Amino acid sequence: MTEQIPTDHTEQLPPGLQLEKVDDRIMTLNVGPQHPGSGHMRIIVKIDGDYIVDADPDPGYVHRGEEKMAEVRNYLLNIPHLERPVIHDSCNILYPYVLGVEDIVGIEVPERAKYVRVIAAELNRCVYIQYWLAIYGIFLGHSTMFMWPAGDRELMIDLLEKMTGARVTHSYFIPGGVRNDIPANFEDVCLRQVNYFEKRIKEYADIFYDNPILKARTEDTGVLSSQDAIRLGTTGSVLRASGIDYDVRVKEPYDVYEELDVHTNVLKDGDSYARSKIPWLDMFESCNIIRQALEKMPKSGSVRTKLRPNPKGVGNNEVYKRVESGRGAAGMHIISNGKPEPYRVKISPGSFRNLIALPYLLKGEKLGNMPAVYWSLNYWPVEADR
Amino acid sequence: MLKELVTPQNANVFVGKLGDILYKAIDKPLGMAINWGRMWSLWPVHIETACCSVEFGAASSPRYDVERFGIIEAFGSLRQCDLVVVQGTITRKMAPRLRLVYDQMPDPKYVIAMGACAITGGLYFDSYNVLPGIDGILPVDVYVPGCPPRPETLIQGCMLLQEKIKRMKAR
Amino acid sequence: MSSTDSQTNTSKEDNKESSPKPAAEKPAPPKPAAEKPAPPKPEEALPAFEKELTDRIVNQFADDVEVGYVKENRTRINVKKEKILDVAKFIKDQTPFDHAESVSGVDFPEDKEIEVVYHLGSYTDNRYSKQILALSTRAPREEIPNPGNDSTKLPSLRDVFYSVEFHERECFEMFGVYFDGHPDNRRLLLPEDWADIPPLRKDFRNKGR
Ligand code: SF4
Repeated sequence: MTEQIPTDHTEQLPPGLQLEKVDDRIMTLNVGPQHPGSGHMRIIVKIDGDYIVDADPDPGYVHRGEEKMAEVRNYLLNIPHLERPVIHDSCNILYPYVLGVEDIVGIEVPERAKYVRVIAAELNRCVYIQYWLAIYGIFLGHSTMFMWPAGDRELMIDLLEKMTGARVTHSYFIPGGVRNDIPANFEDVCLRQVNYFEKRIKEYADIFYDNPILKARTEDTGVLSSQDAIRLGTTGSVLRASGIDYDVRVKEPYDVYEELDVHTNVLKDGDSYARSKIPWLDMFESCNIIRQALEKMPKSGSVRTKLRPNPKGVGNNEVYKRVESGRGAAGMHIISNGKPEPYRVKISPGSFRNLIALPYLLKGEKLGNMPAVYWSLNYWPVEADR
Repeated sequence: MLKELVTPQNANVFVGKLGDILYKAIDKPLGMAINWGRMWSLWPVHIETACCSVEFGAASSPRYDVERFGIIEAFGSLRQCDLVVVQGTITRKMAPRLRLVYDQMPDPKYVIAMGACAITGGLYFDSYNVLPGIDGILPVDVYVPGCPPRPETLIQGCMLLQEKIKRMKAR
Repeated sequence: MSSTDSQTNTSKEDNKESSPKPAAEKPAPPKPAAEKPAPPKPEEALPAFEKELTDRIVNQFADDVEVGYVKENRTRINVKKEKILDVAKFIKDQTPFDHAESVSGVDFPEDKEIEVVYHLGSYTDNRYSKQILALSTRAPREEIPNPGNDSTKLPSLRDVFYSVEFHERECFEMFGVYFDGHPDNRRLLLPEDWADIPPLRKDFRNKGR
C-alpha cells in the first residue's frame, strides 16, 4: 500500500518535505538532537537490521546567523560573537578573522604579540582536544576517559585565564596584536604546567589508546582512504589520519610558525582509531611548540599596535585567510568595501568540511559504531552551524 | 459498629475520607521527605543546545564535580529525568524540539536557563534565527547569567533550585 | 541599499577618485568585477608562480575568464556562468587543485547579481599547498526571490569537486542560488519552516538593524 502516494500533493511540497516510499525492511531512526550520541545535531539513519544503509546528517540546530550579524557590526565588535562557534577553541577560530582584518585595515603586529598569540593558540588547541577526548570517552562508555581529560584540561584553562582573564571566551586576539600582555612570571608557570600536562597525557595511552575494548570498537570502522579524504575535501585530523601530510601551520605558516619547528603527525590507516589518535598526538606537538615559543619570545616589548577607533577597510578588498584550528583548517573570507563594517564574512570551519564524510563513512557500518565514527570526525556542531 | 456503617454502596466514600485524613496527618512530614528526595537527586536531561554545554560538561569534571551536590551528570533517557538545563542559545529549529523534550518528561520537572542566550538571546539578540530567551516556551525556575556561566555559577544556580524545591509544596 | 556603492568599479566615475588605473594593466572587464587588486601593481610586480598559473587558465579560455587579482598565494579568476563547468573541469584535470575549501556567496543588489566564490586548494602537490584559487561566477538576481524557480541558477560543481556538496546546499538556502545538477538541493541549516527570503541577501534585515 505504501506505493500509493498521491502525487499531486507531493509536487506542491517544498524540497525536503516530500513523502517517501517506505521499505518494510528498512527502518528510519532519528538520532538526536536529544541523544547522548549526537551532540547538537540530528543524524537520520536508515538501518537494515543492525547495519546502516544510509545516513543523512541534519545540522543547523545552532545556526545563529553569525555571518549576517557580522555585516552590521564593525571590525572590532565582530570579535566576541565570531569566537562563540567554538568557545573552547576561541583563539583559533578567531585567528583567521584577526589575520584578515589586519590585512584589510593595514596594520602591523609587534613581534612579541605574534609569539603570545602562538602560545595562546596552542594552549587553546589543547583545551579543545581535551574536551573532545572527554566526550569521545563518554560516547564509548568509558567514564574514566571523561574524567581524566576533563580534569587535566583545567590546567590549560588556568593558564589561559591568567593570560586573558576569562575561562573560555577569551576575545584575546584583536587586530594589531593581543588585548593585554601576559602576566609577570607567566613563563615559569606555563613551562611547569605544560611539562606536567605532557606527563599526564602520556598516561592516556595506558587506559585508552592501548585498551583492547577501544581497539575492538574503533579499529577498521569507518575507513576513509586517502583518495576519498582528498575528494571529500576533509581537513585536519581526519585528513592526517588518512595518510595525507597537510597542516596549515607547516604548509602556509602564519605569524611565527615559520620560525618554530612544527612536526605533523600522520597515520596511514584512516579508521576511527587513527582519527582518534591524531588529536592526542597533536597535543604533544602543541606542548613542544609552546616550549619553543616561550624560549624564542622577545622578553619585553609591546604586544599591541593601537588601532584607530572604528577602523575602516582600505578600498574594495578581499582576503581569504586560514589557520590550523583544533578541527582542521579554518578559513575566513572577508570582503570589505571601505566601510567600518565588513561587506561579507564567510566562515569555512573545519567541522563543516568534515561533515560531508559522515554519510560516506557510516554506510555499511553497524549502528553501534555510529558514535565512535561520528565523534572521531573531530566535529563540533556549533561551529559547523555557525 | 463499623461494619454496619460501611455498606458496599458507601465504601468508596469511606476509603476516600480515610485517605483524606491520612493525607492531612502525614502531608507535612511526607512532603518534606518527598522534597528531600527530589532535592538531592536532580537528573538533568541530555540536551545540548549551544556552546554553554562546554561549561556544563566542565561542571561535571573532577574539579567542579556537581555530583556532590546531588546533581547527576547529564543522562540519556528523558523519561527518567526531572531537570532541563537549557544550555544556551535556542534557535528556531531547536525550539520545537526543546518543547517536545520538556513535554515528554514526567512531572515534577524543573528548568534552569543557563547563559545569557537562554535568558534574553544574549549576544544574538538581533539574529534572525534565535529566540529572545526561552521563557516564551518553557516555565523557567532559575536563571543562571553569564556568557558562558562559570561552572561555579551553574552549581550555585542548581543550589538555588534545590532551595526552591525545598520550599515547594510537594504534589 | 547604499552600502554597496563602492562595490561596483566598472564605471569610470567610480574609479576616478579612488585610484587612477594604469591603462595597460589589463583589458577593461566586460562585467563588473567584485574586487580589484588594491593597490594596482604593474605587471612585473606580480608573483611569478601565481602569474603562471592564471596565465594557463587565461590562455585556455581567452575571453570567457578574467583575472580578478594575483597576489601572493592567492589568485582569483572570474568566469562567466556558462563556462564555469568547463573551467572547473580544466582546473581539476590540468592543475593540482583537487578540493574546494569554501563556497561563499556574495550578494550585489546594485549589480543585480549574486556572486559565488569557490576557494580551491590542493593537497596532492606540495608546491601548490600554499595556493588558494578563488573561482568566481555570477548569477542573475531577482528582486523577489523564489528559490529554485527563478532565474538565479548556476551549474553545480559537485560532479567536479565533490567537496562542494554541503557548501552549495548552504549557498542555496542562504542566497537562493539554485545549483543545476546538484543531487539534493535541500535545506541544510535553516529551520524547515523558513518562509522568509534567503537570509544572507542584503535586503533581508536583522531585526532592529
Ligand atoms: S550565553 Fe554565551 S556561551 Fe552560552 S550559548 Fe550564549 S553565546 Fe554561547
